[in-house]
Amino acid sequence: MKYTTEFRNSEIAQALLTRIRQGSRKKVRFMEFCGGHTVAIFRYGIRQLLPKNIEMISGPGCPVCVTATADIDKAIALSQIKGVIVTTYGDMLKIPGSRSSLQKARADGADVRMVYSTLDALQIAKENPTKSVAFLGIGFETTAPTVAASIIEAQEQEIKNYFVLSQNKLSPPAIKAILQSGEIKLDGLICPGHVSAITGSRVWDFIARDHKIPCVVAGFEPVDILQCINMLVNQVEAKLSKVEIAYGRGVIPQGNQIALNIMSQVYEPANARWRGFGVIPGSGLKIRKAYRNYDAEVRFEIKTKPAAEPKGCLCGEVLRGVNTPLDCKLFGKVCNPETPVGPCMVSSEGTCSAYFLYGDEFER
Amino acid sequence: MNDKILLAHGSGGKLAHDLITKNFITALDNEILIRMDDAAVFTASGRMAFTTDSYVVSPIFFPGGDIGRLAVCGTINDLSTSGAKPFYLSLAFIIEEGFAINDLQQIIASIKTTADEAGVKIVTGDTKVVNRGCADKIFINTAGIGVIPDGVNISGSNAQPGDKVIITGTIGDHGIAVLSQREGLGFTTQLKSDVAPLGKMVAHMLEVSRNIHSLRDPTRGGLASTLNELAQQSEVSIRIEENKIPVRDEVNGGCEMLGLDPLYVANEGKMVVIVVPEDARGVLKALQQNVYGKNAAIIGEVITGRPGRVVMKTTLGSSRIIDMLVGEPLPRIC
Repeated sequence: MKYTTEFRNSEIAQALLTRIRQGSRKKVRFMEFCGGHTVAIFRYGIRQLLPKNIEMISGPGCPVCVTATADIDKAIALSQIKGVIVTTYGDMLKIPGSRSSLQKARADGADVRMVYSTLDALQIAKENPTKSVAFLGIGFETTAPTVAASIIEAQEQEIKNYFVLSQNKLSPPAIKAILQSGEIKLDGLICPGHVSAITGSRVWDFIARDHKIPCVVAGFEPVDILQCINMLVNQVEAKLSKVEIAYGRGVIPQGNQIALNIMSQVYEPANARWRGFGVIPGSGLKIRKAYRNYDAEVRFEIKTKPAAEPKGCLCGEVLRGVNTPLDCKLFGKVCNPETPVGPCMVSSEGTCSAYFLYGDEFER
Repeated sequence: MNDKILLAHGSGGKLAHDLITKNFITALDNEILIRMDDAAVFTASGRMAFTTDSYVVSPIFFPGGDIGRLAVCGTINDLSTSGAKPFYLSLAFIIEEGFAINDLQQIIASIKTTADEAGVKIVTGDTKVVNRGCADKIFINTAGIGVIPDGVNISGSNAQPGDKVIITGTIGDHGIAVLSQREGLGFTTQLKSDVAPLGKMVAHMLEVSRNIHSLRDPTRGGLASTLNELAQQSEVSIRIEENKIPVRDEVNGGCEMLGLDPLYVANEGKMVVIVVPEDARGVLKALQQNVYGKNAAIIGEVITGRPGRVVMKTTLGSSRIIDMLVGEPLPRIC
């Protein structure tokens, strides 16, 4: 797998940094939406290399982090139903719900299994015909098509014991919510690379057009990110606001039509609750009536008690970009990767986890 | 001959006796084991090193090795971290009922090959069989005894500012090779585990320099965790450079796919060497002449600074803290 060495090339990175330092005059604040970008920015120490007038803040693009406590509780409750095998991506296991986590539920006897793809979940359903296998649909547009495809596959193969608890979310409504709230002022947006590979870069047009904020879609290697920041700086200095792509090897304006078709075949947009945001209209993906036999919410009566948020945890504010983990009294003290209080410390893409693992000594 | 392990194979009765004589004693043949006493008896003198470890890797056969080779190498390498020359190993199996005897024979053959390569003897052993479902296929425990040459004083507490830090080859090979075989992952790669007995390589280093301060094999938790342990034990700081750390393209690629960092991925045939700066070049040269040290590199140095702190200069020129591994993202890789 090449494509990593070239995009980690130190000389190209230095050249881009020089351009950024020379070209950037105004004091600006850029947000990276995606948790993958947050981790890469920290891992390569990009913040410390940028000139002081460029402030970087992290956004809500960590799918596990934005999953509301009530929805975690629902997944745990589902694992308590007799005969149900819950399948999920690994990151979800440790996320604390109100009273437990999937990991603790598993230790107490629930059948919770980590999978790497929906195909594994389908396979488990085939191998356990007397059980019901539920997959936790978590993630943005990047994973939603694969979950949708698994439902279509289950129908074609007549697998009747496979269900999806759909908690997938759409990214543009979250950005819209941040911009409309007016809580923070942004001068540029690093748009998510993998999401845009599916949606196309056009979904961000409204930000450039209506909010006059420069947008650049970026990949996840250091050279990708520096290239993106350089393009944002150029737009800011030239007083432009348009959507550009700094990730040409992955993204085109119109997106992946096949994936988009599969998504809209299986899902319809619905309201969804987000940690830190509350309900964002049209930001969720509900399984359409035609596929209701695969909807875990339809198949099972999932009972949960009212959700209880962890006291003092600032994950919600961190996800909106209003606070950084350093503002949180729990950060690094009671809340660390070993004993996480909130999801942003658990997820490998979480902002708190990135600050903790990679932050320099001034940030500890 | 029954081709599966039965509970009776671990009972101490006739079936057990047959299993031991036909498979273990014959295959592992040496003058101490062949006496078949309950305790191995041998003569040794000098400062001793003694260690034990258990092996539960899944799958038991993986590219580049198997649980048997791993069980021998792991214990030899732990002995080698003290500078000891490994001599004798014990070998205990916990086997799940129904395990294929063919597989057991293959594992024992691999144990024999590895022990011969390293010049160690398996001198005592034990076998238990548990009901189906009470263990996953086969678990192995080995313990080992070695003798430390005169004048050698190696410890994780001995690193001093100014010392150079060497890694004896590419990192992450074992972890990614094993993960590539896991059920549900199944990506194909040419990559092989680096599992290897490092006793002879360590002896070669000690011939070149008696000023090696610390040795440690970066197994679970990877290079990052090992450097943290050494920095904490010696109450020093360690600075490494990202672009000097040897990593295979396949490991980088596998890590990208799995969302891992090679710094935290396990090795089973590597050593971190901390040595006085004057001897670093000589040790590196000695390592590079060894089959298991061809890709050795000096990756950084010990510095004064916050005790326990490991810092890495990234390829971009920024620096970041390298912390211990937290949690267990890769269960059962050794």
